[in-house]
Amino acid sequence: MMVKLKGIGVSGGIGIGKALILGKDDLSIPQRKISHDEISREIYRLEEALISTRREISDLQKKISEEIGFDHGRIFEAHFLVLEDRVLIEDVIQQIKNRKVNVEYAFSQSVKKYVDALLRLNDEYLRERVADIEDISRRVLRKMLKENVSSLGNLSEKVVIVSHDLAPSQTASLPKENILGLVTDIGGRTSHTAIIARSLRIPAVVGVEVATVNIRSGDNIIVDGSLDCVIVRPTEKVLNKYHLKAEAYNREIKAIQIPKSIKATTKDGKNIVVSANIELPEELSLVKKYTADGIGLYRTEYVFLGANEMPSEEMQYKTYSKVAKMVSPGSVVFRTIDIGGDKFLSQPRVPKEISPFLGWRAIRFCLAMPEIFKAQLRAILRASAVKNVSVMFPMISGIEELRKAKGLLRECMDELRREKKSFDENISVGVMIEVPSAALIADVLAKECDFFSIGTNDLIQYSLAVDRGNEKVAYLYEPSHLAVLRLIKNVIEIAHKYNIGVGLCGEMSGDPIFTYFLLGTGLDSFSMSPPQVPKIKELINSISFGEAKKIASKALDFSTPKETEKYLHSELKRILGEDSYHILTM
Amino acid sequence: MGRVEVKAEVNKSHGLHARPATIFVQLANKFSSSVRVVKNDEIIDGKSIIAILSLGVNKGIYVKIITEGEDAQEAADSLKEFLETNDG
Repeated sequence: MMVKLKGIGVSGGIGIGKALILGKDDLSIPQRKISHDEISREIYRLEEALISTRREISDLQKKISEEIGFDHGRIFEAHFLVLEDRVLIEDVIQQIKNRKVNVEYAFSQSVKKYVDALLRLNDEYLRERVADIEDISRRVLRKMLKENVSSLGNLSEKVVIVSHDLAPSQTASLPKENILGLVTDIGGRTSHTAIIARSLRIPAVVGVEVATVNIRSGDNIIVDGSLDCVIVRPTEKVLNKYHLKAEAYNREIKAIQIPKSIKATTKDGKNIVVSANIELPEELSLVKKYTADGIGLYRTEYVFLGANEMPSEEMQYKTYSKVAKMVSPGSVVFRTIDIGGDKFLSQPRVPKEISPFLGWRAIRFCLAMPEIFKAQLRAILRASAVKNVSVMFPMISGIEELRKAKGLLRECMDELRREKKSFDENISVGVMIEVPSAALIADVLAKECDFFSIGTNDLIQYSLAVDRGNEKVAYLYEPSHLAVLRLIKNVIEIAHKYNIGVGLCGEMSGDPIFTYFLLGTGLDSFSMSPPQVPKIKELINSISFGEAKKIASKALDFSTPKETEKYLHSELKRILGEDSYHILTM
Repeated sequence: MGRVEVKAEVNKSHGLHARPATIFVQLANKFSSSVRVVKNDEIIDGKSIIAILSLGVNKGIYVKIITEGEDAQEAADSLKEFLETNDG
């Protein structure tokens, strides 16, 4: 029966195809019948995965024992026993032999069988062991899936991914060319899934709440990112209608994709930098494709998230300098690691935080881990030899953090000088303004840095006290909230008073509704997901700075976000005309 | 080659659920003999952590340990001693 589910459309367009449900974590376990001849190969793969997982845990144990003490290293004792468990291994082998299934499937089924049995015993102490068993099983499965990339890497057909949630590293590792759409139970407009989906132009609907309950792998589904809905098992009539709609949409998109303006200049001659936010190396080609003026935000954490071990300075240097060279003559702003300490597997186990967004992450984590931080700073500095590189620090909340970070940067410069390695002596150092305290002491920060970059995603979330990933309160996440607009205006004014440049790299930057407001407030540079660049340049070219200034000031006169948005929409319509308005705000 | 059967009372405060299960299995694996644990009419492989945990052994119950092999006696004795030692 056809079912229509509502959600939040976070990336426009229509995706039609078969659903593929992704399980918890990043593991989708393929099920495949194997032939008799493949049995020994599957068993060999089991042994290999067990051995390499053993090595992985043993390394982890060694590290933890060294860093915290022997007793903590012992937490892995049960892991080792599970890896050698004869009953489990025998069960997996029997399944491979008798049911003729692939090793990933056999292994996950065996583990599930025992975990279910243990959970039935309903014992508090056992639950901890179950967590160990599940952890180890995920590690083993990861090993299996990595050597057999067929899991998602070479999907034979294009699919719509359906999942309860997608971690950034998962979204990042999806094979884009075979993804027709994304649907998740949780998440909001600015969740990582949403941001990545938009930048890859994959239609996406998040916050559906019951997607994984109503959709089965193999179901035909339609993802309508523009109308906030997912249609499961559509009738033929609906399907035909949507095929036509999808075609029309793609035609319109093509029209916009053709970049008309290489430069963004207001009618009265003010030049504005419009650059791209980049997180994956694959996106680099998009910078030129969408005529971005450079990279206003390079999210370096993806260098770390994708890797099995801590990326060395050398490895980071290679990545960063490749980026710098590719984007030249434009410039690139590298934002240092902006994730929580818990994302670093090889580090001592960090307890789960109750409020990770208020916790040990970004600059706080980096300052606590100077070795990791300095390796990154050295790599960025070395990449700056091309002279088009800036560095900026995320989540600065007070001046001491900036001073400490700059102190480490200077240390790295001294080291590099001694080692006779070249770098840009005048590298620009910026501060992300994304914590309200930083916005309020912008004058203090401005005296000690070279530029600001307003990170509106977090700034909004922190200012309005809204967890943007929580669908129950997501409606309160309002970029057009007067408090947000005032903060932005103040930060820009202070930056200019102290003669430093100011950019904005949150989602607001690529949202046409805010272009006139931001332009009129005096923003020097916009940075956004690459496909938005041509649109925003069009918008900047459509108006004079003088007129934008008037709009910006008037926009601050309304007391509710709704009124502000209504006003901004009406100005867009007035200046662009009905047709262009619809195309540019789509 | 011998076969030894002993009965043992489990004296661990959380039964064989938390760490004691781990230590039991580690200990069992030190011997070349096979180790089986019997609770009521369930027989399981005493060298398997998953099997031991699934058995659901609580404090105060009796289990039978059956060992077979060259060091069967030694294995049975050590495992019995371990189970019966109170861990406070």
